[in-house]
Amino acid sequence: MTSPALPEKLERFLEGIDLLEDRSERIQALIEIAERFREVPETVAKRPFRDEHKVPACESQAYVWAVPRPDGTQKFWFAVENPQGISARSLAVILDETLSGAPPANVAAVPGDVVYRIFGNELSMGKSMGLMSMVSMVQNEAKKLLRGRA
Amino acid sequence: MSTSAIESRGYKRPEVLVSTDWVADHLKDPKLRVVESNEDPLLYPSKHVPGAVEVDWTRDLNDPVRRDYLQKKGFEALMSRIGAARDTTVVLYGDKNNWWATYAFWIFQLFGHTNAKVMDGGRLKWEKEGRPMTKDVPKYPATQYAAPERDDTKIRAFRDHVLAHVQAKRPLVDVRSPQEYSGERLHMPEYPNEGALRGGHIPGAQSIPWGRAVNPDDGTFKTADELRAIYEKEKGLKPADDVIAYCRIGERSSHTWFVLTYLLGYGKVRNYDGSWTEWGNMVGVPIEK
Repeated sequence: MTSPALPEKLERFLEGIDLLEDRSERIQALIEIAERFREVPETVAKRPFRDEHKVPACESQAYVWAVPRPDGTQKFWFAVENPQGISARSLAVILDETLSGAPPANVAAVPGDVVYRIFGNELSMGKSMGLMSMVSMVQNEAKKLLRGRA
Repeated sequence: MSTSAIESRGYKRPEVLVSTDWVADHLKDPKLRVVESNEDPLLYPSKHVPGAVEVDWTRDLNDPVRRDYLQKKGFEALMSRIGAARDTTVVLYGDKNNWWATYAFWIFQLFGHTNAKVMDGGRLKWEKEGRPMTKDVPKYPATQYAAPERDDTKIRAFRDHVLAHVQAKRPLVDVRSPQEYSGERLHMPEYPNEGALRGGHIPGAQSIPWGRAVNPDDGTFKTADELRAIYEKEKGLKPADDVIAYCRIGERSSHTWFVLTYLLGYGKVRNYDGSWTEWGNMVGVPIEK
């Protein structure tokens, strides 16, 4: 059985970031992406955020919410409570921009190690686990939606 | 509560710590090099203390092939690149309450660069105080830096030392989280705990998570009395003890090594950088849960 394909926007994003072979160019691109971060609106969640939305193993204290859309997809929202969590903010923007609105089956199949393709292999284990946990949380939201339909 | 002055906190060697005020006043000192060392590779390029250079723990401090730190030539090249001479005062700071800064500090001590300090509170405190930051990456004239051979004998422990330490029932400090210490699995099902095949801790090790040494609000170190309450009253360590600290790869334990060595004045503290990624993968070594 073949796994569902990567969501189209994520695939396009990865193809683009793969072209940035120079480490500093890639880092600069990821910093600029982080600058687009917009926190979860109060209409979705207010502080104190509930633990069930907290990303495990993420020292940047990231939170994830999934809001169902009428078309059967989800909109993903994030909060990153650690002001120094710039990689977490960058990944949050990437996940929102490439997975919100994507078919849930494809979102549920995004591999956690996509973070290495985005950030490179020089992440510490702690950092990579935190970022992979963010992907895992988004996957889980898509899986919950799919289970609810079954 | 504002942080008390470093000199009033009762440290044995307060000269290894400098305040953010002190760094701000010395930014243009030509005999000073401010060095940022982080876990998050995006932080320094996004903004940093004006004039600070970056030392990256993976690219700059580790051997690219085998598991070890850079050698004499690599350290000389690093110091030349950041424009530091043997008599340059290096001030390290970084994210994670200076966890990576103390790691770099520890490696600098393997090469005897004793003219090194840590900025109390690190990047967190500097940012919280609204001090200036820049994206400009400075360039300094390269120096001729003559380093001694790396000395692994005094502050670094290897697995055989640790085995002997266990057998002699000498004090070991496990600075990882309580969940790592107990061997409880983490949340990533496809990954073994901490990159090791076995979970748990080295027999006899006390659990003293590294972060207990800092004030979480501003990342500054706790006072000597507060630190003694943790390491000595609560855990029974003594300044004359021969102590080995470890974590996963030796980064967090370098923070505890710094605290015990400089802030509390312990005479013999070694960092076991093989740590749990070595111990938890070795065949036949004892493990406690």
